[in-house]
Amino acid sequence: MVTRNNDVWVFIEQRGGKPADVSLELLSKGRKLAQQLNGRLKAIVIGFNAESIAKETFRYGASEVLLADHKELEHYRTMTYSRVLSELVDKYRPGVVLFGATITGRDLAPRIASFIKSGLTADCTDLQISDVKYLRNEYKNLLLQIRPAFGGNIIATIISPEVDVQMATVREGVMRLEPLEIPVNGKITLVPYQPSTLDSVIKIIEQHRQENKVNLKSAPIIVAGGYGLGTKENFKLVQELAATIGGEVAGSRAAVDAGFVTPDRQVGQTGVTVRPKLYIAIGISGAIQHRAGMQESNKIIAINSDPEAPIFGVAHYGIVGDAAQIIPTFINVFKQKLR
Amino acid sequence: MGYKSIVLVKQVPDTANISGQVMKEDGTVNRSLLPAIFNHEDRVALEMALQIQDNHGGNVSVITMGPPRASDVLRECLFMGADDAYLISDRKFAGADTLATSYVLSEAIKKIGSFDFIFAGRQAIDGDTAQVGPQTAEKLGIPQITYAQEIVSINNNKVLIKKKIEGGYEILESPLPVLVTVLKDAVFPRPYKAKRVMAYKNAKTLMELEKLTEDNSLLYIDQLKYEYMSKHLYINTITMDDLKLDVERCGVAGSPTKVHKIESVVLTGNKHEHIEPNKIGIGTLIDKLMEDHIFG
Repeated sequence: MVTRNNDVWVFIEQRGGKPADVSLELLSKGRKLAQQLNGRLKAIVIGFNAESIAKETFRYGASEVLLADHKELEHYRTMTYSRVLSELVDKYRPGVVLFGATITGRDLAPRIASFIKSGLTADCTDLQISDVKYLRNEYKNLLLQIRPAFGGNIIATIISPEVDVQMATVREGVMRLEPLEIPVNGKITLVPYQPSTLDSVIKIIEQHRQENKVNLKSAPIIVAGGYGLGTKENFKLVQELAATIGGEVAGSRAAVDAGFVTPDRQVGQTGVTVRPKLYIAIGISGAIQHRAGMQESNKIIAINSDPEAPIFGVAHYGIVGDAAQIIPTFINVFKQKLR
Repeated sequence: MGYKSIVLVKQVPDTANISGQVMKEDGTVNRSLLPAIFNHEDRVALEMALQIQDNHGGNVSVITMGPPRASDVLRECLFMGADDAYLISDRKFAGADTLATSYVLSEAIKKIGSFDFIFAGRQAIDGDTAQVGPQTAEKLGIPQITYAQEIVSINNNKVLIKKKIEGGYEILESPLPVLVTVLKDAVFPRPYKAKRVMAYKNAKTLMELEKLTEDNSLLYIDQLKYEYMSKHLYINTITMDDLKLDVERCGVAGSPTKVHKIESVVLTGNKHEHIEPNKIGIGTLIDKLMEDHIFG
């Protein structure tokens, strides 16, 4: 049986000079996992002039930051970052290493898992620590890596019982962001960076990035439309309702595919996971993949012409009927009441 | 002249049509009960390789690792225009996770020979992990570009690739060889050529030729294989014996991740309150939301 270090590491991604939300979400979850394991939560920051980013992680429970800070590390590059992180993970062999299941995280994590010959589970939606009996063996304190599989039809629990480093990428928005009132009085440990020949083989020629135009995750009210609305014209009703009640507009995958709404507003398994105070689903049938991204909303109103639509199964309030009539009524009544 | 591309393709169960019966008790998948299809993003990857061949010359090989019937996707690759195809198949490779898969793939690629590009789809719809590409690149010690949207140019053994990043894109310059994983809309896969379909529908793997000899005692496998090779209808078949592999790193034994539990997704099952689709019904609903301090 392998002996395992109890520390939990979170790789901190950066967005415009700040830690990415998903990384802070993972710290929040990682803090609880580390508590259960009696281990420490460490944040891994790779970048340039990144000390403020490192410090920000103390507010989310990191007790130590391993910081590699160098001009060569200013931008994310696969070969550089994966080498630095692979060497760190190989040296300290933390029991758990977590990444956001972002484009960057999914580019980086597999190379590290391959380098250290360890297990990696992609796109987790939940993580737990538990004792496990597997093939007649008993394992203590394994990381349960829980993820949808087969197009979301099945939830699988994956374990890596025979390796000392358990790695997972986790979807953005599924873990709650839980800042501490008083940040941990943690320490920053500098990791020296020595350039290596393979590091700079890939050059960034151009980079175009627009940060957070839409922030569905922090919206208290979301009005989402689906393919059932039929036309882009009808989808405007969703926008009107959102504007009236102060919500953000969102859509199902089918609505995005139909061109009703932009991909950055897609809720669901391949989009964003949200849990607003109020989620209004209009003309959305409620496929598993969509429900996975919104079913933890505080209150859900479903509006659909099909009374059998699965969306009603997760709704608190259901309105059966034609959205083209119900939405204008909703807008009018709302305006009267909250004038 | 020209560039040599290797394309990693996968036959996948059509995950749009899944029922509980297809999951075996040990949590692995009974693929024989599911319609098997060519993973779409891998088809896009093949198209990208074929376009490089169209523009710069060279050749395109396709590789798949899977059960014998995965030869179906290799024939489809030949229909599209691939020059040759490799099936990597052995019972000892079964049950492999991404680490064990990338180990066998990387060893098979080393055996096949030198290359300029390896292309693969970003991910396969059965696992959605997007891990085999990067892990294969790591094992081969070459750089990778994932989430590729476009080959911008190839010059002097350097490639410019446009790739998706969070909130935008970047253009990267990489030396060759490089492994590239492509997004589903990167290029539009070409249809099959009728002539190629007629020619290659009879292409066969070693296992398929063995089946022929079992059914007909007058056929000898070596002779048959030679005959198919000379007609360019032999699908190269690589088994455990053809590679110098560490058995402990293959299949289930070489896979650190294990499926512990499988559950069907069930509705959380709120009993929702029915609201009448009129002014009164909606008015009451808005009142409730005001009481809950969601509105107002």
